[in-house]
Amino acid sequence: MRRYLARRLLGTVGVLLGVAAITFLIMRLLPGDVAQMLLSEWGASAEQVKTLRRQLGQDEPLHPQFARFLWRAAQGDLGRSIHTHRAVVQEIVSQFSSTLQLTLAGLIIGVGLGIVLGVLAAFRENTWVDGVSMGLALLGVCIPNYWLGLVMIYIFSLRLGWFPAIGVGGWERLVLPAMVLGIGVAAVIARLTRSSLLEILRQEYIVTARAKGLPQRIVLLRHALRNALIPVVAIVGLNFGNLLSGAVVIETVFSRQGLGRLTITAILGKDFTLVQGTVLFSALVYAVTNLLVDLTYAVIDPRITYG
Amino acid sequence: MALQPAASRFDERERTLVAEPARRQGWRVSLLARLARRRAAAAGLALLVVLLASAVFAPRVSPHDPVGIAPQDARVPPGPAYWFGTDQFGRDVFSRVLYGGRTSLGVGLIAVAIGAIPGTLLGLVAGYRGGRSEAVIMHVMDLLLAFPGILLALVIVAALGPGLAKAMIAVGIASIPRFTRVVHATVLSAKQNLYVEAARAIGAGETVVMFRHILPNVFAPLVVLSTLGVGLAILNAAALSFLGLGAQPPTPEWGAMVAETRDYLRAAWWASTFPGLAIMLAVLAVNLVGDGLRDVLDPRLRLR
Repeated sequence: MRRYLARRLLGTVGVLLGVAAITFLIMRLLPGDVAQMLLSEWGASAEQVKTLRRQLGQDEPLHPQFARFLWRAAQGDLGRSIHTHRAVVQEIVSQFSSTLQLTLAGLIIGVGLGIVLGVLAAFRENTWVDGVSMGLALLGVCIPNYWLGLVMIYIFSLRLGWFPAIGVGGWERLVLPAMVLGIGVAAVIARLTRSSLLEILRQEYIVTARAKGLPQRIVLLRHALRNALIPVVAIVGLNFGNLLSGAVVIETVFSRQGLGRLTITAILGKDFTLVQGTVLFSALVYAVTNLLVDLTYAVIDPRITYG
Repeated sequence: MALQPAASRFDERERTLVAEPARRQGWRVSLLARLARRRAAAAGLALLVVLLASAVFAPRVSPHDPVGIAPQDARVPPGPAYWFGTDQFGRDVFSRVLYGGRTSLGVGLIAVAIGAIPGTLLGLVAGYRGGRSEAVIMHVMDLLLAFPGILLALVIVAALGPGLAKAMIAVGIASIPRFTRVVHATVLSAKQNLYVEAARAIGAGETVVMFRHILPNVFAPLVVLSTLGVGLAILNAAALSFLGLGAQPPTPEWGAMVAETRDYLRAAWWASTFPGLAIMLAVLAVNLVGDGLRDVLDPRLRLR
């Protein structure tokens, strides 16, 4: 277990280095000249462009730039925003709690709703219950989340007045965005729960449990569902990535502050250090979540051992 | 949904022919026939045909100019004059949705091509060559997959700058790893076949073996993945446009239309509702067809 943990930690660090390198390269290679792009809107002189380039440290070749970026990032310094001159880490920290709240609430709704739909569909296989649940799951995959957000705002805020439409603060401002975010996850989880449960229900130990006269409820919940949920736990980590990136869109729809909004504002404002920082941070959260999920896996499924 | 009855008639006719003649017609016909025999896939196919036709014939079908502004007709609710109503500039939402289909569906198709072609080649090389090229290619793909969700596309757009073509390229590039991984896995098992060894034994070159003997094995998963990929590409490209990073106004594009009209939600719900509905129907159609193709072509892919 300790060796496995060490290998996984090392792997995660490797992936993050790679993500940092890719983000860095995309930012530096593709646009041509950041300084020129930033200043062209004000019609700056060639001299001013040169000065800004020096300030951004871009008059050097790429590899010392990258080495310096990594060295500082390892010490928790992701540079300063080009526009606000605040430390990127500080910007991220100030926005993260709002996004974390949203993604966790979305995760809870998504997993809960998904499992309920999947269980209903599997226990009533090939009936209308199955059809409706899987139809809903399919719709959940196809609905654009920003549009669903607007529909929810229209119905529940503008027409019924149940929830405030926009902003952060209090659970009543969390309900709608978390629902929208959760529905996409619920769709994936519902499908997986159903297929996993159907497979388990054909196992011999289920037959055994039934044969020895256990009530249906016990067989389904204790023997089938508990085992069926193991693969579901595995994709929760992957789905956390979808939640993080979904937050980018949802935060825009509901005018919430957060990491996603910060990323979009940075992209629209061509604030490259800020984009680099937020993306790297999202990848970090994603990687760490997946690591934690894999470790949890070992705890809940005794069949898995790590060498 | 005018085409639905026609499609179900097609369905009936094919059902009476059943297996015998279908085999002789070659896989192309039989694939379509087998697909049409599944009710969900047939519905998806019909929906897709309607959407594609309305996009292709938008200039002939549209009752109004999609970018023509008519301030006196702003925010007219849906009715006989304007089927889907008008937006805050008095532009006909129905015409804009039709023209938007040209952009959104076209972007979805091209983005998949941008992802599928390099993705397939990389997966083919990685799987067949093995060794160092495999290690390098697959590690880079793992890195690209470490960007959660739409974030990789966002980074690329951030670097390229906003714009429809750039958003399309970004969505396409971001989908490369999905294709590479599946093709790689398929090639790994396909190259175990005896005929591959036979081809090599009679002195066929590497390129010939890769493209003539191994590539055809990739066909089934690739068709399924590409079809489902079109849906994802439409969703992602429209999301980028919604965020202001894709199509720019006044270009009619579904995601951009939702964004442009969302401030007038209370006064004109229809202006953002119909383009969003169009995105959903397009993605739904593509997914139904993709699921059907998967069941017909390769049932083993089902649990993925």
